[in-house]
Amino acid sequence: MIYEASVFAVVLFVVFVILVLGISKYFASRTTSSKGYYAAGGTIHWGVNGIAFAGDYLSAASFLGICGMIAFQGYDGFLYSIGYLAGWVVALFVVAEPLKKSGKYTFTDALDNRFNSKAIQLMAALSTLIVSVCYLIPQMVGAGALVKPLLGMPHWVGVIIVGSIVIFIVATAGMASTTYVQFIKGSLLIIFSTVLTISLCVNGFKLKPDENYRELRSLEATAVAGKVSAASEGYTVAGQQGDLVKLSKDGINTWWQLKTEGGKAVLKEALSATIQANGSKLYNGEPQEKRKFFQVGAMTKIIVDGKEVEETGPVGPFEFLETIDKGEVLRFKKNIIHDGDNKVTVWNQNITPGKDLMRPGMKFKVDTDKGATFMSKLNFVSLMLALFFGTSALPHILIRYYTVPSPKDARKSTIVAIGSIGFFYILTLFMGLGAMTHGVLDLESSNMSAPLLAKFFGIALFSIISAIAFATVLGTVSGLIVAASGAVAHDLMSNFAGVKMTDEGQVRAGKISAICVGIIAIILGILFKGMNVSFLVGLAFAVAASANLPAIFMVLFWKKTSAMGVACSILVGMISALGIILCSPSMWVRYGLDPATAPIALDNPGIISIPLAFITLVVVSILLPGKRDENGHVVRH
Amino acid sequence: MAGHGPASDWGEDKASDYKEKLGIYLFIVYCIVYAGFVAINTLSPKLMGVVVFAGLNLACVYGFGLIILAIIMGVIYNAMCSAAEDRMNNTAGEGN
Repeated sequence: MIYEASVFAVVLFVVFVILVLGISKYFASRTTSSKGYYAAGGTIHWGVNGIAFAGDYLSAASFLGICGMIAFQGYDGFLYSIGYLAGWVVALFVVAEPLKKSGKYTFTDALDNRFNSKAIQLMAALSTLIVSVCYLIPQMVGAGALVKPLLGMPHWVGVIIVGSIVIFIVATAGMASTTYVQFIKGSLLIIFSTVLTISLCVNGFKLKPDENYRELRSLEATAVAGKVSAASEGYTVAGQQGDLVKLSKDGINTWWQLKTEGGKAVLKEALSATIQANGSKLYNGEPQEKRKFFQVGAMTKIIVDGKEVEETGPVGPFEFLETIDKGEVLRFKKNIIHDGDNKVTVWNQNITPGKDLMRPGMKFKVDTDKGATFMSKLNFVSLMLALFFGTSALPHILIRYYTVPSPKDARKSTIVAIGSIGFFYILTLFMGLGAMTHGVLDLESSNMSAPLLAKFFGIALFSIISAIAFATVLGTVSGLIVAASGAVAHDLMSNFAGVKMTDEGQVRAGKISAICVGIIAIILGILFKGMNVSFLVGLAFAVAASANLPAIFMVLFWKKTSAMGVACSILVGMISALGIILCSPSMWVRYGLDPATAPIALDNPGIISIPLAFITLVVVSILLPGKRDENGHVVRH
Repeated sequence: MAGHGPASDWGEDKASDYKEKLGIYLFIVYCIVYAGFVAINTLSPKLMGVVVFAGLNLACVYGFGLIILAIIMGVIYNAMCSAAEDRMNNTAGEGN
C-alpha cells in the first residue's frame, strides 16, 4: 500500500526531536558522575518515574503490535495486553523494593550484591545483553517500517535517524535524559490513545464507515461442479485454484472467491498481491502506483436493541464492545498460492460473527472443537506464563528502580506505572477493534492499524499518533541502550574484568559503550528488515523470564541460594529458552522446513525453561553451597 | 570492589519483613486469579463468550477485571506498606 507523507507529522516529529535533544543537552552538563549517568543520580520523582516506566514499557510492540493484532485477530491480541500488565504485579509485590535496596546501577548489581561472584557478573551481563538486543532489533526494524510509509524515506534512513538521535540522548546524559524522554512519550501516548478511543465511541459504527470506503463487489458466475466457466460484467476466466478464481478484464488479472448464494454461483471480490517472476509486484493486478490495493475492514451486520441497523450513532464503551459482540465483521483470510511463475497472496472475504472475535480462539488454538490439541493449549499457557514472569525480569525496566531516591519511591512509581499502563492496555482493545471495523486496515501491515485508524479521524490526529509512534521507538531504544551500555561498561569491564576506572572514567566508558551498542543496533535494524517484530519481543520476554526471574526470585527469598546456583540458573534459563525457540515449529517455518518435523512442538519455551532454571538453581545451590553469614545467607561460593 | 552496594544509604526498615510477607500474600492472590483466567481460556474457551455483565462477555469482564484488580491491589498494598512504615519506623518522611 502507498501512504502519503504528512507534512504535519514530519513537523511534529522534528519538534519532538528538538525537544529531546534540548533535554539531553540540558542534563549533559549535570551528568558528571557514574551515579548520575546510570541512575539519574537517584533523584527522579516517583510520579515522573512511574510514567517513565510506562514510556519504557509501552514499546512499538505494545502500541503498534497489540493494536494490530487485535485489529486482525480480535480478543486474542488483548491477551497480550493482559499478560504484559499482569507481569507488573510480580514487579510490585515481589521485586520493586528488595531490588532497589540491594542494587546500585544494574540488575547484575542486585543479583551479585551479597556474592561478589565473577560467574554471576558474567552471566547476568550476558543475559542483559541478549535480552536487550532481542528487544532492540524489533524497535529498530519498527523505526524503519514507520519511516517508510510516513515520511517517504527508505527503511535504512529511518533506522539511522532513530539510532543517531538515541545515541545522542543516551551518550550525552544517560538515564536522566532517557527518563524525561520516556516521561514525555509515555504521557503523550496515553493522552492521545484516550482521544482516539473517545473519538471512536463518539463516531459509533456504520456499515459503510465513511464515504471513501470501498465496498467489495460480487459477480454472477456460471459454474459446474465447482469449476467456473464464465463470469458477468465482461470478465473472462483466466484460471482457478480451489475456490479462488482468476478473472481477466482489459488485460488486468484479479482474484475472486467462488461461493454459492441462494443456489446460484457468485464470485466475491478478493484482494491480491502478486510477486512476478521478474521480482516486480502487482496489487490487485496493477502496479503499486495505481493505488488499487485499498483499505478494508467493516461491520456487515449491526444489531441495536434486537434490530438490524445501518449505523449506531455515538456509543458508550460497554455498548462499543457489545455492538461488535452481537454483530458481524468483514475480515479477510490470507492464502498464498503459486500461479505459474508468480507467487500470489490472496485475501478472500471472511465474514466473522462478533461473538467469535470477542473471545479467545482466533489466533491461539485453545478450542478443542476447532482443532486445538494438548500441545497447542500448552503453548498458550506457556506464553501467558512468560508474559507474567517476563516483565519483572527485563533489564531496561529493572534499572529504572535505581533512579528514584528510596525503596518507598520505587514502590510508588511501580503503582503509577501499573495504573497508567493498565489504562493504556484497556484502550488497546478499543483501538484494535476500532481499526477492525472502520475500513482502515492495510492487509499487508497489521502494525499500521493504529496510525491508520487515527487517519480516519483526520490528518491532525494521524500526524500526532505517527509522531508519538516515532517517539515510542526513540524512548524504548534509549532505555535499552542504557541497560546494555551498563552491562558492558559497569558489569563486564569494571566488575567482571576488574578494569580500574575513576568515576569520570566509568561515565566515559558508559558513553562509549552506548555509542557502540547504538551503532550495532543500527546495523541489526537494517539487516533484520522485514523480520516479524512481535516474534523478537516474545523471544526477549521468554529469555528474561527464564534466565533472570528465577535468579532474582531465589536471591531475594531463599537463603541457601549460592553464587554458582545463580550463575548456572541464568545460563540454563538462557540456553533452554533460546534452544527451544530455535527448534520450534515457528522457526522451522522460517527455515523453510515442515513445522510438523520440528524437534520441539512448543513455540513458547516458558513452561519448560522457567521451571528448569529454578530447578538448576536449587540443585546447584545444594551441591555447591557457599559460605554463610550470621543470618544464614550464603554469601560466597 | 567498585560498583557494588546500593545506590543510596537508608536506615534500617523495621517494616521490611511485614512488607515482604504482605507482598508475597498479595502476589499469591493475584496469581490464583490470573491462573483462573488462563485455565478458563485453555480448558473452556466457550465459557469466555457468555455474557455476564452490562452486555459484556466473561472474556472482557475477566480481562478488564485483571487489569483493574492489579491497580486496586497496588493501591491497597502501598497504603498498608506506608502505614506499616509510619507505625514501625516511627518516622514521617521518606528514606526509611
